[in-house]
Order: sequence, then structure tokens, then C-alpha cells
Amino acid sequence: MSQKVLEVNALESEAIYILREVVAQFERPVLLFSGGKDSITLVRLAQKAFYPAKIPFPLLHIDTGHNFPETIEFRDKLVKELGVELIVRNVQDNIDKGRVKEEKGRYASRNILQTETLLDTIEEFDFDACIGGARRDEEKARAKERIFSVRDDFGQWDEKNQRPELFDMLNGRIELGQNVRVFPISNWTELDVWSYIEKEQLEIPSIYFAHKRKTFLRDGFIWSANDEFVYRDEYEEITERIVRFRTVGDMSCTAAVISDATTIEKVVEEIRDSSISERGARIDDSRSEAAMEKRKQQGYF
Amino acid sequence: MGLLKIATAGSVDDGKSTLIGRLLYDTKSLTTDKLKAIEEKSKQRGFDYLDFSLATDGLIAEREQGITIDVAHIYFSTPNKSFIIADTPGHIEYTRNMVTGASTAQASIILIDARNGVVEQTYRHFFINNLLKIKEVIVAVNKMDLVNFSEEKFQNIKNEIEYLATKSDFKKEQITFIPISALKGDNVVEKSTQIPWYQGETLLHHLEKIDTTLTSDHAKARFPVQTVIRPKTTDYHDFRAYAGKIYGGDFSVGDEVIVLPSLTKSTIKNIYFFDQEFDKATSGSSVSITLTDDVNISRGDMIVKVDETPTISKDLEATICWMDKEPLEVSQKYYLKHGVNDVQAKITNLSTILHTDFSGLEENPSKLTLNQIGDVQLKVSKSLFFDSYKQHKYNGAFILINPKTNNTVGVGFIK
Repeated sequence: MSQKVLEVNALESEAIYILREVVAQFERPVLLFSGGKDSITLVRLAQKAFYPAKIPFPLLHIDTGHNFPETIEFRDKLVKELGVELIVRNVQDNIDKGRVKEEKGRYASRNILQTETLLDTIEEFDFDACIGGARRDEEKARAKERIFSVRDDFGQWDEKNQRPELFDMLNGRIELGQNVRVFPISNWTELDVWSYIEKEQLEIPSIYFAHKRKTFLRDGFIWSANDEFVYRDEYEEITERIVRFRTVGDMSCTAAVISDATTIEKVVEEIRDSSISERGARIDDSRSEAAMEKRKQQGYF
Repeated sequence: MGLLKIATAGSVDDGKSTLIGRLLYDTKSLTTDKLKAIEEKSKQRGFDYLDFSLATDGLIAEREQGITIDVAHIYFSTPNKSFIIADTPGHIEYTRNMVTGASTAQASIILIDARNGVVEQTYRHFFINNLLKIKEVIVAVNKMDLVNFSEEKFQNIKNEIEYLATKSDFKKEQITFIPISALKGDNVVEKSTQIPWYQGETLLHHLEKIDTTLTSDHAKARFPVQTVIRPKTTDYHDFRAYAGKIYGGDFSVGDEVIVLPSLTKSTIKNIYFFDQEFDKATSGSSVSITLTDDVNISRGDMIVKVDETPTISKDLEATICWMDKEPLEVSQKYYLKHGVNDVQAKITNLSTILHTDFSGLEENPSKLTLNQIGDVQLKVSKSLFFDSYKQHKYNGAFILINPKTNNTVGVGFIK
């Protein structure tokens, strides 16, 4: 008999362990799902953690309304295939109610507006744990975050007073009103995520692959030309380019990169050789040195 | 290709962040946009060099004060290996964050400023490495350029640490000494031309050579049950598997096992990982297991091999590192988390406070304050199944949680 030995993929096993801790320690967890590569990876890990049982928590999409249509299409297909519950809450609703104010002008983005809708939704459903696909290699404030990150009832992160996190022991004890943001793939790098998607042959939205798109240039970034969502001055000229997206955020703050990677293998190769960081294409992070930390203090993911 | 987890330690201004920045820079792991940001900020601050600490000190307060407050996790890889470095603070008041960063590390880099030599903080860092049983320690004697690359200065530091090591559990071969200049790049990634008397490897070369299979645990197999998987669907109507992560050793189908605390004997029937079945799974795998017998198992229980049972007791002795402003006092109650097991605990005795310079003990203290390390006896509300930390890292450590604040206030290493 040939022995079939499970070789450890340490990062995968760690993430599965974390997801199981969430379900064991919390009453009402939810997985934040944007349709991007990191949350797609999380969904796969959640599937593995509880198989053959179904994923024991719903997915939540805070919809900015400025999504790439390909991502939404993909989201709905995935949810249907997995038979999990999807909750969608719209930033637009809070704009309509006048609770948040939309930015205007050249760099307008709805990214920051998500926080308000997220906090409302946490309150609406009484979620005590929100699982997210953030990684410590993304940004230097993220590099400081714990795997179980406690937030107060305003969603605030107290970065100077975090709980020590030792060995594998995750302390999920919280008071009423607090909740925990959980980051199972904290220790993964962008390349780890792409390699995993390749190994697992996961489906991802088509915008991650090179395609022809109407774009314009500003400040060295390639913007998707979409007159409805993305502000453009008349002199900013629209050109068709072969591009792909490295990260999928709000259309108004996610820049494209020139690429001919049409398969997942080619994407992995491209990331391996890239000299630009993933967040280099997120326009909202270059606003100031502490942009991410400040957003997180206010309850942003 | 392996993954090596490293913790750094050093006093303030010893250059930890600079060293990490240098490692990233010289291995071409800093992307152009991050490098550009460092260049711009360095210039803005009027430095005539690149301040690499700007890459790792991610919090506003850290950049304001120019010190590292909390652990940052930094990732980089070479063609041979991937690395996760926990950049931990050197400041005495952030010792708890240093323990946090070091708790998962297989190797540790202790930085010493060649001008100052071994200082109190060095003792403390060495003591904590010893307490945590880190497998490999690298003493990087930094700022060699500021002491004219003096062999004598280096040798004095080496002698002092080697003497210190005789009071610890470290064996000589577990400690490597490397003279470096993080700012100038000597012996970090590139071999220094300024230090001809040093015949050893560069820091990166040494890190690449550390055998990650040797630094991982070869302890007895422990399978703490995190959760029970019961799909209750038509296809899997009677399916019941125990999900958890294997710590130490391995488990195979057919292994005779004992379930703790019920002491029920059974045999491993299947080992699953997602939709695949395996005959054997090794340490570190998050699998699910079924048994041949119908045993009542719930979260917190533990599956072990028949001839490898741990200690089962309500009383334990441990060394504790205290991490909270409110001191530990005898007869106080805490939640104790041992792996995935939660119990209530009472400190019955605080016998000694350990001096982190290995100089001795303070007998019968009344309390243990923030960042102090001491020996205690505890009583817990439900029997725990544990090993000594020396024999089993995972099964020999626990955390204490203050029931009033829910904060993690201490970490314990079982004797």
C-alpha cells in the first residue's frame, strides 16, 4: 500500500485553524466578500475548514456602487454555486439618506464611505466577528495588526494598545458592543495568494486578466474610463489599452497595469517579477503616509 | 524551499529597523514605489541617507518618536527561502510586544551596538530567547563601522555573551556571532571588505542555511479538537469528524489513540483534508479525523497516541511573563487559555521573580508587575492535559485573560 502523506502547507493550515477558532469562539461571524482575489481565497479556505459541512457563516458585501460589473457577476455566480447566504448593503443608501457625503472632483472615491455602511451593517446583524482578507504585507500599518483585532463599538482600532497575541492562542473574548476583525491570511504575501489560486485552480473575475479597456492617464496611473463613476477632465484623453487589474477595489480608486498576462500562470509570473507593490495601484493609499492607519482608526477594515 | 520565522531584538537605536530595511533593500525586496516613498521621506527629514526604518515603523506614533512600539511583520524571500521577520520593539516598556513577536519564531537576531557592548537590554533579550526556547540565536554586532571594524570590540561582546550562555540552556552551537553594519550594508547580504578578520558567513547566508525542519518541533503528537464537524445532510447524515491542527509528531490511520479527558481508547479511522483522504498527516496540518468508535468528544478535548499521554492535572507550575499594567496578585482569578481549552484559574502562590540578567531571584514577592517574569503555582477549574514547555512548545504554554477587561494579561510556560 502506498502511503498518502499530507504535507503541510503551513499558511493554509494556519488560516483554516483561525477560521475554525472564529466559529468556535463567536456567535455571529460574517465573511467580508468583495469579489477580489483575497476574499475568494478566504472563501476557499472556509470551504476547506468545515468540509463536508457548508460554510457556517454568511458573506457580506459592502457595495460601493462603483464596482467593476465583472466582479458583481462573478460574486453572484460563486454564491449560487456554494449555496451560502450573501448579504449586500449599499453605500448609495447612506448617501441618499444624507448620512455620508460623497467626495467630488478629480480624486473622488467612495472607498472611505464604506466604513459607515459596514458599521451600520455590523449593528443591524449584531455581528461579533468580521473575517477579512487583509494581509500584513499590503501596507505598513496593516503589518502591525493582530489576527484577532478588537474594535470598539465605533469600529475603532486602538493601535497603541493591542492585545498581545502569543503562539497560536487567539483570545476572542469581547464585551458587548465590541467586535473582532479577523485576518486569517495575515501572514500571506500577494504572491502566496496568487500561487494558491493557481494551485487550487480557483476562478477569479476576468478583470484580473489582460483585456482591452478604455482608459486614460493621470499622475502616472492608468484609470478606467467610466464617465458615470470616474471623474475625468475633458483634456484627459481616452485611449484603448491592454491592461489588467492587480487589485479589485472601487473603480474610482483602483488603477490598471499594462499587462499581457491572460492566464493565471502568467499572472503569477508577472507578480513574481514585478517591482511595484500591490498597493502602488491603490490611489487612496497614496493620499498621505498614514492614510491606512487613519482610516482604520475610524472603523475601516 | 522552507519558511523561516525570525524575531529581532535589540535596544532602542541599535538599528533593528535599519537592519530589516537593509535586508529588504539588498535582496531587492523593496518595490520601487516603497523605495521612492522612503527616499522622499528621508529627504524631507533632512537625512543624507535612506532611513529604512520608515519601511517598517508603520504607526504615526512610531514615526513621530522614531521608535518601534509594536510588532511589525515583514515578508521577503530569496530564491531559496521565504522569511517572516517580526520586527519587535526594543524599549523595556514594550517587552510584552517583544515576547509576542518571539513566540512564533524559530530563530532570533539579537542586535548589539558595537560601541555600547552588552547592555541590560541584551541580557533581557537573551533571557527571553532562553525562556521561549528559540532554537537559533544570531548575535549581530552592529555599527562596526563606528568602531573602525575593531576585532577586539567584537571579541569582547562574543566572550560576554558566551559567558552568559553558560547560565542558560543555550548550547554554544546554537549561537552565531556576526559583525555587521546595517547602515552601510557590511555582512548583511554582501560580504564586507572592511572586516577581513571575520571568516564567517553574511547574515542572510546564515539565515538561508538554517534548516527549518530542524528548528520545528519534534515533540509528541497532540491533536486538540477545535470543533466537531457534523454536516447532517442527506449525503453525510451520520458523519462526525473532529477538526483541529496537529502539533508535534504525526498521526496515521490505524493509530491507537486515547481521548482526553475521558481516557477513552479508540483507533483513527480516517484522516481528511478537505475532499481528500490521507493515510498520514504531519505536524502543523489542520485536518479532520474520525475514529472507529462512537466517542463523545467536544471542543477542548485532545486526541493523543496511547503510549504518549501528557500530564493530566488541576495543579500546575509555570514561569509567567506579565503583560498588564494591573499587576498579578496571588489569589486573583483569571481565565486560562491552554491551546483551544478555556478554564478558570487561580494563582495560589507567587514564589519568585526572576532577574532577567540571570543574576538571581527575588523570593516571596507580593506581586508581579508589567514586564516582570516570575514563577507561580496555579489551580485550574477543570483538569488540563499538558506537557512541560521544554518538551512541547504548543502544549506547554498558556495565556491568562483578565475576566474584567478580557485582555490577555500574561503568558505562562509550564515547568
